[in-house]
Amino acid sequence: MSTVNVDAKLSIDKFYVDEENAHIALKEHIDDAEFAKLVLACPAGLYKIDESGTKLFDYAGCLECGTCRILCGITILEKWEYPQGTLGVEYRFG
Amino acid sequence: MAEDRFDAIIVGAGIAGCVAAYKLATEGLAVLVIERGNYAGAKNMTGGRIYAHSLEKVIPGFADEAPVERKITHEKISLMTSDSNFTVDFTADALGVAGQDSYSVLRGVFDQWLAEKAEKAGAEFIYGIRVDDLIVRDGRVGGVIAGEDELEAEITILADGVNSLLGQKLGLVTEPPAHQIAVGAKELIRLSPEMIEDRFQCNPGEGAAWLFAGDATHGRIGGGFLYTNEDTISLGVVATLSDLVKGDKPIYQMLEELMNHPAIRPLVKGGTLVEYSGHLVPEGGYGMLPRLYGDGVLVVGDAAMLCINLGYCVRGMDFAVSSGDFAAETVIEARKAEDNSAATLKMYEEKLANSYVLEDLKTFARFPHFMESTPRIFNEYPEMIKKMMLEMFVVDGTPAAPIRKRMMPAIKEVGLLTLARDGWKGVGAL
Repeated sequence: MSTVNVDAKLSIDKFYVDEENAHIALKEHIDDAEFAKLVLACPAGLYKIDESGTKLFDYAGCLECGTCRILCGITILEKWEYPQGTLGVEYRFG
Repeated sequence: MAEDRFDAIIVGAGIAGCVAAYKLATEGLAVLVIERGNYAGAKNMTGGRIYAHSLEKVIPGFADEAPVERKITHEKISLMTSDSNFTVDFTADALGVAGQDSYSVLRGVFDQWLAEKAEKAGAEFIYGIRVDDLIVRDGRVGGVIAGEDELEAEITILADGVNSLLGQKLGLVTEPPAHQIAVGAKELIRLSPEMIEDRFQCNPGEGAAWLFAGDATHGRIGGGFLYTNEDTISLGVVATLSDLVKGDKPIYQMLEELMNHPAIRPLVKGGTLVEYSGHLVPEGGYGMLPRLYGDGVLVVGDAAMLCINLGYCVRGMDFAVSSGDFAAETVIEARKAEDNSAATLKMYEEKLANSYVLEDLKTFARFPHFMESTPRIFNEYPEMIKKMMLEMFVVDGTPAAPIRKRMMPAIKEVGLLTLARDGWKGVGAL
């Protein structure tokens, strides 16, 4: 089966991205094994490893579920907070 | 009481928060709900269905006026392998009888209705404001802090969801371990109501709830779910975090493969994706309940981890309603007594303990561990059932052995003793 494009699914959702302020930030040095957990568990697929092995993360598209906070809150996350009021994902249906 | 001091401030306009607000406002108390989303439900998501009994007590006949999707009259549970699906399909008039009825809902829609009910009853709502912290003086919660603003209340109700950052700051809620939390991913797929009724063999206004174990999570602990809404289908996957990360398939890929499974594909064919969502589910049951109250503060709903997953039945919203209801009753009593100390607010926990909420959580307290320690439910058993069904249904001209003999090889692969032991443990935990 082909690999799903989560970004295409997220593009259907309504987001008000806080361009100024990242509500999730990663530490400078990121453990590979910890990062790999988030590649599997983040429902929005925001934690990625590209072909060259570089770790990528983008908080835009975050569904604010808290998966990364529970799994890696103390290991590789520098900060996890909710976006400022009014910002972030907005479920029209939920 | 200072004039600008609320009887209660509620953080979060989900089901628990809105029910508490509705009840308090109905009793004439000054109550404020602060929600970070732009409307109630903007940040909320469910599978999902609500069992009606508890909201029925708060708002009798609610299903007639609320934007519920469909009354669930068909229950299905499946054991799924990558190329087979074994389903138990049950329907009965009794599933739709008042008092034991349940409804599929979409929270972005449903919660707005509930908030409106509370607002009409006199509760105040502020949207688009994130509560950053709590006012705490001498160990007593006295309201909330949002940016530069402080708002005071006699009692603060934390209805801030499964990631209760405020509950954690207070030390009431401890950070749940990954084996007690599951992540859910869901697609909302639009189809016409007629197509849904045809495909799920339902009358207009009625629908199906369907849970899948096995290949839906690629053998990891968890399952798939499908709920029919009025003109959409909620299709999703839930997987326990600690186990999901031991696998090799991302949660969103599991969902994609579930959607393309031969048993599911025809059901969603021609549908359009209208929303993709994700959420955490507190699945540890009774063993993960936080401290439910403190001086000047109560914890309700998902923030209190009030949820149960039995594999064939998933509940959270009916608990949320009752916790909001009991929290409101407690605030009403505490205001009468003019005492917001933990000693008085303990009443909230007693109310929960004397109700079905903690009774049920206690009854099924061992089930989360059973699921966790029996990975065969998600691997060997769906395979075993598939083999047994093939023995039963396949006719290819080879001379047939008696059915008992044909079934035994599939069972022996798992082991009769193992099967008996798992069955015994499972029944014991239920």
